[in-house]
Amino acid sequence: MSATPPPTARALRDALARGDRRAADVCQEALDTTAARDGALGAFTAVAVERALARAHALDAARDAGAAPGPLHGVPVAIKDNISTRGIRTTASSRILAQYVPAFDATAVARLEAAGAVILGKTNCDEFGMGSSTENSAFGPTRNPWALDRTPGGSSGGSAVAVAAGLVPVSLGSDTGGSIRQPAALCGVAGLKPSYGRVSRYGLLAYGSSLDQIGPFARTVEDAALVLGVIAGADGQDATATAEPVADYLGALTGDIQGLRIGVPRAFLADGVAPAVLAAFHTSLEVLTARGATLVDVDLPHARYAIPVYYLIATAEASSNLARYDGVRFGYRTPLEPGDTLRQMYERTRDEGFGPEVKRRIMLGTYVLSAGYYDAYYLKAQQVRTLLRQDYERAFAVADLVAMPTTPTPAFRLGEKTDDPLAMYLADIFTVSANLAGLPALSVPCGFSEDRLPIGLQLTGRMFDEATLLRTGDAYQRDTNWHTATP
Amino acid sequence: MSVPLSPEEVARVAALAHLDLTDDEVVLFGRQLADILGYVAEIQAVDTSGVLPTAHVLDRVPLDRADEPRPTLPREEALANAPEAAQASGLFKVPRVIG
Repeated sequence: MSATPPPTARALRDALARGDRRAADVCQEALDTTAARDGALGAFTAVAVERALARAHALDAARDAGAAPGPLHGVPVAIKDNISTRGIRTTASSRILAQYVPAFDATAVARLEAAGAVILGKTNCDEFGMGSSTENSAFGPTRNPWALDRTPGGSSGGSAVAVAAGLVPVSLGSDTGGSIRQPAALCGVAGLKPSYGRVSRYGLLAYGSSLDQIGPFARTVEDAALVLGVIAGADGQDATATAEPVADYLGALTGDIQGLRIGVPRAFLADGVAPAVLAAFHTSLEVLTARGATLVDVDLPHARYAIPVYYLIATAEASSNLARYDGVRFGYRTPLEPGDTLRQMYERTRDEGFGPEVKRRIMLGTYVLSAGYYDAYYLKAQQVRTLLRQDYERAFAVADLVAMPTTPTPAFRLGEKTDDPLAMYLADIFTVSANLAGLPALSVPCGFSEDRLPIGLQLTGRMFDEATLLRTGDAYQRDTNWHTATP
Repeated sequence: MSVPLSPEEVARVAALAHLDLTDDEVVLFGRQLADILGYVAEIQAVDTSGVLPTAHVLDRVPLDRADEPRPTLPREEALANAPEAAQASGLFKVPRVIG
């Protein structure tokens, strides 16, 4: 805990709103920090220097003219590169979209900008969100700022690192099986996967449509609440974004968790969790009980099947979603030779344009949906998904939240799991359940390993009850200072 | 270690997925898919008789907006990302389909 942590989005916005600081200066500072530090980290795939500065100057001018500052006025933000940004290259870290420039903004991006945020750039990820280490990127890996020979986790590794390294106070990621929470844990920042349906996915490059959600990274839970309040809510462009009322997430941060019942699935945590992670987890529960929460035992008997269920359902959905990348309307096309057929163009374009993990998942998803295998794999997985949801329904009858470590181990080394897809998949053992059940889940920093690698505490809440999650995470941060440590 | 999928089986799936895999990829995926399928087979042990499948978790009716005409992407913007387009006639270009 050497350096002073950089200002939060809330503090920055308030300083800007008071007129103590200028958006253009804040933006330039973020650009300078990024230029100085990101060469070693690789968090960004593109930094939109001119666009960001022009936008910051426009915000200053509007403020000078008397316009009321928005809730994110002048706050620099980073956007995962699978979320569409009009006029800024959006690649999903894939060769197949290396030159793709969207003609529209994702709704979450448009809402951030309407609230006054300044988009600094796009962040690296596992290709199309498929991976747990940000190594499956056509642009090379992102490194963990706490140990440059370690991965930041993934798939939203660049967005996690951009916040952890102090390049921006908040960023957006997407989470299909843990892609916000797992890198948040491994990089020592907060990461929230909202409930399925809480945030519009319009403009998110689809991976697993029944699982994908967009959510924030931040250093403080308060900043995560601020961003969620901006991006949440119904959207005419996404039928899955529900009309469920958006709570006052900042107002929910009262610090009061007296009587809160926290469910702990002890049987599920019995094997395969690193001792340092388990120790930090139990200490974090003591912090919460000291504030008035009570612990109850819950059982999630089907959680042990969550990884197989996830990899059957997510890959099946991916094989369908990624059919659109065929070299016709956008993206890479293989060089054509005389006499090439349309089919040859499709097949070569896709083999050359997609990386190995994406092809592996498309193949697996195609296989499990193909004639003769559908019932045994895909339908069976959907049935076990129902049983897993019922596990959580039973847990939430006696508990208000379920607590688990976010990951079984701290950050692993670059290259450590790249040759073994199954080992990589197991990094998501504690995170995939929330996606399968649609539930909101938050990871907050809760300690360090003996070699000073961050550890995360994961809280899972009831459907659309982000407020309780955020209130608890914020209460936890009032009593701990893990989130103020800087790499 | 599972028995790898045969090259013919991998080729069948690759054709369905529109992927022109290299010979090396056929071998690699044959092995890795078999390993993954062997691992996920553990869900076969779960008794799911009478359990309805979950396709998605929303129990609410999808939110449809009013069916009113709205502006769409201008044609030149829709074509701007195409690898090959005939801008003047407003068409995407592909290899000849009909002889």
